[in-house]
Amino acid sequence: MQNLTHRSKDVDRRPLSLWEKMYIPSVAKGMSITFGHMFKKVPTIRYPEETRPFSPVFRGLHVLNRDEEGRERCTACGLCAVACPAEAITMEAAERKAGEENLYREEKYAARYEINMLRCIFCGLCEEACPKDAIYLSETFAPSNYARKGFIYGKEDLLIPDPKTQASDLAAAKGQE
Amino acid sequence: MQEHQHNIKLPDGSIERQTTTLNLGPTHPATHGVFQNILEMDGERVVSAESTVGYIHRAFEKLAERRPLYQITPLTDRLNYCSSPINNMGWHMTCEKLLGVVTPKRVDYMRVIIMELARIADHVICNSVIGVDAGALSVFLYVMQYRERIYEIYEEICGSRLTTNIGRIGGFERNFTPAAWSKLESFLDEFPKVMKEFENLLKRNRIFVERCVGAGPISAERALNYGFTGPNLRAAGVDYDVRVHTPYSSYEDFDFKIPVGTTGDVYDRWLVRNEEIWESLSIVRQAYEKIQQFKGEEAEVFHANVPEYYLPKKQDVYTKMEALIWHFKIIMGETAIPAGEVYHSVEGGNGELGFYMISDGGRSPYRLHFRRPCFIYYQAYPELVKDSMLADAVLVLSSLNLIAGEMDA
Ligand code: SF4
Ligand code: SF4
Repeated sequence: MQNLTHRSKDVDRRPLSLWEKMYIPSVAKGMSITFGHMFKKVPTIRYPEETRPFSPVFRGLHVLNRDEEGRERCTACGLCAVACPAEAITMEAAERKAGEENLYREEKYAARYEINMLRCIFCGLCEEACPKDAIYLSETFAPSNYARKGFIYGKEDLLIPDPKTQASDLAAAKGQE
Repeated sequence: MQEHQHNIKLPDGSIERQTTTLNLGPTHPATHGVFQNILEMDGERVVSAESTVGYIHRAFEKLAERRPLYQITPLTDRLNYCSSPINNMGWHMTCEKLLGVVTPKRVDYMRVIIMELARIADHVICNSVIGVDAGALSVFLYVMQYRERIYEIYEEICGSRLTTNIGRIGGFERNFTPAAWSKLESFLDEFPKVMKEFENLLKRNRIFVERCVGAGPISAERALNYGFTGPNLRAAGVDYDVRVHTPYSSYEDFDFKIPVGTTGDVYDRWLVRNEEIWESLSIVRQAYEKIQQFKGEEAEVFHANVPEYYLPKKQDVYTKMEALIWHFKIIMGETAIPAGEVYHSVEGGNGELGFYMISDGGRSPYRLHFRRPCFIYYQAYPELVKDSMLADAVLVLSSLNLIAGEMDA
């Protein structure tokens, strides 16, 4: 066929030379590479005892954020649920009552907030959609459970420890004991 | 022997008395994905093959009809998952074509870097798996470490390794971090050495060469008739490359060659992919240098200035009303989308990956079609393996770089 462009370059397909066809030298060559690799640094990470460092933007399991005073940030606006291509998020909104100002940052809050981790594809669109700095994808991943029900994470699984009352838990969760 | 077992009349002189039906797949370690091939075997020789599709059909095109444009990107991740960034970028560019968004040069070059890295990752997998199917496992393990390095670069940018959902309509979700750049630099430094070793082990290796030469050949004419594109077409001798013929994302600014083969057999496909890895490396290097030349404000651009389609900065969303309104509109998918028809194609990991979208002006596409190269290659599979040995049938399957996710959408 004639060329369509001036950029084509034929691949090198010479027949093998006699030297290349000889058995022993080729085996020796291959073996030398293999043996060379035995003395290289082992790239395997012995998970779960060891983990590798993740990038700060890693998309793992979700957390629901609190503000500095420990109040829940989520205002149940539902944007994350709309943005979710896997339809994994369900929530129920409620109105904040007098005396609950120390629990919820906004007047409306999520009374129930669930993410189905079996549906979730960890695309990160919910984090991007949240206008309240309330949901983040953390660096933990690999949830495990015996039943499907356990993969539906409620608020108690998602909320980060309260920075005021459980400061040490929060530091531990962030990996800075 | 019963009469109905004579499925296919065997030629005189065949040692077998009847053909055997052999199911290769749908879950078979040698098929690298959910493919079913019903092979009719005369001993070790394939008399006829019948391929089945649809084992992991997930109806992406239908799902997309209910999703705003930005939510379709995660679906494209799952087409050819060996090079999902290319699919993501292809989809973004299709949307940009429909919406009339023009991306700045720096964004184009960043995209080129990511797409070429994805191509390297894709080809490295395919070529090393050809090695595995020909009996050489260690090469696969050696280069796999370096695919991981590419994945780490993705992770620095988008936060994920395999199903990337990288980039947004109009650009990237964030600028490349210094960590991403330094990972890219060290990859560019170290990878050529690894590639050399990889080549050394396979390219002129007598066992490998004799195994691959002449296996599953296809002529340029047959390949064109089937609608082959990408490395598989180039291996047959046609220098067709979407990056050259209809340049997108500023590919016209780059200098690279199109490797072509002659016979279209497994060895040619391997050689073409191998050369393309080198070309891709040089493209990444060129793009990297071009990006270094941006100065001042230009050096910080990572998305087009399109407030209608690109989410405002998070800091503004928290504090400014106008930004918050745009934020809501974009997430709800309520921004104006023009009616029209677009087709955009990119040179994917294994061929021309096209997106054909019809929009009626609604929040999601009226109809969407992915042109998936794997689906087309798979149609030629029975012809390619007819009269070959069973072991070659496996080799041909991997050399076409068939990815079940892309084949079935
Ligand atoms: S990460 Fe994606 S799939 Fe998972 S809950 Fe968030 S938006 Fe939904
Ligand atoms: S997590 Fe954010 S986006 Fe989701 S409901 Fe709460 S405030 Fe809205």
